[in-house]
Amino acid sequence: MALPGIAIPDQAAAPKLQVTNLGVVFQGNDKTIAALDNINLEISDGEFVCLVGPSGCGKSTLLNAMGGFLSPTSGSVSIDGELVSGPDSRRILVFQEHGVFPWLTVEGNIGFGLAKLSRSERAQRIAHYVELVQLQGFERSYPSDLSGGMKQRLQVARALAVNPDVLFLDEPFGALDSITRVMMRGELLRIWQAERRTILCVTHDIDEAVQLADRVVVLSSRPARIQNVLTIDIPHPRNISSPRYLTLRDELLKMIGLAYEI
Amino acid sequence: MRFPVWLRPVLFILALLALWEIAIDLHPGQLMPGPVAAFAAIGELLQHGLLLKHVVASLFRVTWGFLLACVTAIPLGLVLGWYRRGERAFNPLVQLFRPISPLAWIPIAILWFGIGDLSSIFLIFVGSFFPLLVTAISAVHNIPEVYINAGRNFGLSSVDFFVRVIYPAVVPQLLVGMRITLGIAWLVVVAAEMIAVNSGLGFLIVDARNAGNRYDLVVAGMIVIGVIGLLLDLGMRALERVKSFQWTNQEN
Repeated sequence: MALPGIAIPDQAAAPKLQVTNLGVVFQGNDKTIAALDNINLEISDGEFVCLVGPSGCGKSTLLNAMGGFLSPTSGSVSIDGELVSGPDSRRILVFQEHGVFPWLTVEGNIGFGLAKLSRSERAQRIAHYVELVQLQGFERSYPSDLSGGMKQRLQVARALAVNPDVLFLDEPFGALDSITRVMMRGELLRIWQAERRTILCVTHDIDEAVQLADRVVVLSSRPARIQNVLTIDIPHPRNISSPRYLTLRDELLKMIGLAYEI
Repeated sequence: MRFPVWLRPVLFILALLALWEIAIDLHPGQLMPGPVAAFAAIGELLQHGLLLKHVVASLFRVTWGFLLACVTAIPLGLVLGWYRRGERAFNPLVQLFRPISPLAWIPIAILWFGIGDLSSIFLIFVGSFFPLLVTAISAVHNIPEVYINAGRNFGLSSVDFFVRVIYPAVVPQLLVGMRITLGIAWLVVVAAEMIAVNSGLGFLIVDARNAGNRYDLVVAGMIVIGVIGLLLDLGMRALERVKSFQWTNQEN
């Protein structure tokens, strides 16, 4: 069900998000560190893309640059043809943990970016996202009374509530225990299918990438370059013991440079 | 035998009081009055209506001095904490003034404000200002970056960002700083009243000694100071426990 004021994305031919020759170099006191090197990436509207790569390779840097939190040293990021030059509520970053505001209730967090809406519109929007992330009954609760998984669902709801063009997830389930993580994957998939936003998700979890993504972008170690792109051509719901799934998973492990036998 | 948790400190204090009384009875020098005499003195003060008068006088000064310090030091500290350049400029001055005991200001206070409420209020203000300023500055520095990034992400104006992210994010730390500073203010008021005024609990203590070595009244004054200090602390702690302490929440 679409709410008034939320545009249903149409499949346009032009890419939603375009990264062109993106490079980021950090200037330290005595040395310079190249974090990203010549990244080129096109993501179409409504696509779910996962970014994987060795830890410390610059995945989060890439996400920060795409979100406008970091100005690139070279190259550019544009969304819908418009250059990204700073943080903006049209693209929301969901952080690994502690991203929800502890001084606001569930309702307050979801409504955080909705100050410009009228009271009734805001209430309607909040109710919609409370339901979407299944936090009914917790509207007046503070994050300290929620579990880790609920907090991350709340963060996703707060992000989606402002109707962003693109959602950036930075290891959103990295701090959760493995059972909760698996459940959250299903939740995220359900939310994505219901809302059809463009999602870019950094993860260090191979299974997460293969289960969620339409495409998996594999980054090299620092400075990060795009090493490989793997298209996951399995329709949802994905059978995680199907031969195709296992083949793709092995392929991804090989791309990352990990033997699939331990 | 098991006592309820709240009863244990009460019993412990009663035992100490009993020991104190016994010790005084065994050595009837004039080193210190016993608790019975001290509590009798509190009763005497209550009867004459003096206790309430002195307590109100002290609390009045602390309230004004502390509030003035809060409304000046906290906003200044938040701004300095956010704009690091300003903090770098201010920091040497703060570090220079901070170690000066508020009591060292007594002559200046009397010179500027004469004998009376104003000079005690000024002394409490000086004693509270720097701890609050330092608390506010470090509270801003300690805001987790993720809140700042999450706040920036929603494209707030500077004012909105301050009101809806910075301020609520620092409130818990500010409350702790305010509680500790209120304790300092309560220390300072007693000292200030010993010199600069003729009412209040500090005055009561000095006056009791000067006017006839009434050490029972001195100890009575000390007990009252301790109890009120404890109550102030408990009050601030209760405030810290309020989950949504006055969060300026425009969403609801």
